[in-house]
Amino acid sequence: MMSVDAATVRRIAHLARIAVSEGEVPHLQGELNAMLAFVEQLSEVNVEGVEPMTSVTPMQMKKRQDVVDDGEIADDIVANAPATEGHFFLVPKVVE
Amino acid sequence: MTDLTSLTLAEARKGLADKTFTSLELTDAHLSAIEKARVLNAFVMETPDQARAMAKAVDEKIARGEGGPLAGIPLGIKDLFATKGVRTTACSKILGNFVPTYESTVTSQLWRDGAVMLGKLNNDEFAMGSANETSCFGPVGNPWRREGSNTTLVPGGSSGGSASAVAALLCMGATATDTGGSIRQPAAFTATVGIKPTYGRCSRWGIVAFASSLDQAGPIARTTRDAAMLLRSMAGHDPKDTTSVDIPVPDYEAAIGKSVKGMKIGIPREYRLDGMPAEIEKLWSEGAAWLKAAGAELVEVSLPHTKYALPAYYIVAPAEASSNLARYDGVRYGLREQGKSINELYENTRAEGFGAEVRRRVMIGTYVLSAGYYDAYYLRAQKVRTLIKKDFEDCFAKGIDAILTPATPSAAFGIGEKGGADPVEMYLNDIFTVTVNMAGLPGIAVPSGKDAQGLPLGLQLIGRPFDEETLFSLGEVIEQAAGRFTPARWW
Repeated sequence: MMSVDAATVRRIAHLARIAVSEGEVPHLQGELNAMLAFVEQLSEVNVEGVEPMTSVTPMQMKKRQDVVDDGEIADDIVANAPATEGHFFLVPKVVE
Repeated sequence: MTDLTSLTLAEARKGLADKTFTSLELTDAHLSAIEKARVLNAFVMETPDQARAMAKAVDEKIARGEGGPLAGIPLGIKDLFATKGVRTTACSKILGNFVPTYESTVTSQLWRDGAVMLGKLNNDEFAMGSANETSCFGPVGNPWRREGSNTTLVPGGSSGGSASAVAALLCMGATATDTGGSIRQPAAFTATVGIKPTYGRCSRWGIVAFASSLDQAGPIARTTRDAAMLLRSMAGHDPKDTTSVDIPVPDYEAAIGKSVKGMKIGIPREYRLDGMPAEIEKLWSEGAAWLKAAGAELVEVSLPHTKYALPAYYIVAPAEASSNLARYDGVRYGLREQGKSINELYENTRAEGFGAEVRRRVMIGTYVLSAGYYDAYYLRAQKVRTLIKKDFEDCFAKGIDAILTPATPSAAFGIGEKGGADPVEMYLNDIFTVTVNMAGLPGIAVPSGKDAQGLPLGLQLIGRPFDEETLFSLGEVIEQAAGRFTPARWW
């Protein structure tokens, strides 16, 4: 049975971009392992030759006309941002 | 005049059309009921000024004979639906004070048809939960209590605010969403009617995304007729949601009262769980007997992969959630926690903004999609999902019109009673409902009886794709036989 160790918990947290303190790791590890133990029963299903589901309702992917039908709403786009300057989002320095 | 809040939606429609009362009077009656029921914590935002303005405008339209199908009807809106100019949070700290500059398609159709917005309703954070306990605004109280007890119970989740508000007569109906049972389970816990329509029936545009291949909007109401009226306005094709289906929306209300004679109702043997409470078993047979008395034929059926639906769901839904929730980065909207680097800003923002359940699901989703584990978990779960859907297809191919099951494995429970030690304990609430989302089918929960402690219990009917009408016809038969259930007011 697959289970995660403390190092994996830290790695997943980083991949998910969620800060996790050392003190939280054992608790999270227990919870994640409880979930993994629960889903483990799927390994007993014979899925040989079964197509994975990609669309629950059989349908053609709809395509819209390749035309501009929206835009000029920069004010709306930045309206809820925590830090902006003009129509730009502000972030900490990314490139040295 | 009788208390306007105790009318059904259909009765209110008649009263408005006959000019017995105005939408403003009806709206004011509900606003005052909401004020008195704040202990339930069903509303996270009351919008009385907007409600009265909408009611006045619609009263003028009604006077001119231009009222739409829901003209003047006051509704509550789950806080997962973006409402233009009105704070929308998904009950998560990470959305903070987010005020949409646009309106969700579903709510815009309700306003198009004349409905009035009373405010925004509480839900589990990002709709992740089965008890409405994960909301950043705190838990919601169920208007129902055990006989002789003062313990506050959960209304179910994630649409707990919607179910509680409808059951407590705070609104005539409410919008809700259902990813694994979030409409049907709270409906069953509060003696309300909740329908999750077929995937693609309602547009998802402007609804905060949880798991996109499973999420569907639907109404919670006090009767099957009321639910039918609401769904008719909520459903329909929307070019802005590529998964919304371009087929006409029927007049669902016409299905209410239609004969169910000769319909074949499947009773799936896999839903008879070991250790199932006797009263759930009894409710189920009673429901079957009512449908039989109405002329339907009962057929035992098999859905062999039922037990794998919940574990497969707890791979697929968190995987999609981890991807959908990547957008909450502290840059474009909502909460921001500072960090020395952009990565630290993301990590601090998401640690502070997401609650424990959301963090857990985003992490498990990240894990099952990560390199080396994708095939073992995600791909396998998607294959199992194909098998679950095939079970239903085989069943319907044999001429089954709908499937009858219990809606939940128990009645409502106390706040904090479940899931504290093991998250899976809470997840088991959705054992009868989650199969329906995995297969994209429509499902309705209808109040059907009470348990020994006087708490409501519901039955679920599962239909063929886009055959919500059959569910309304059968649901009405159950409603007529079981009667309606109203909680005694304690708030």
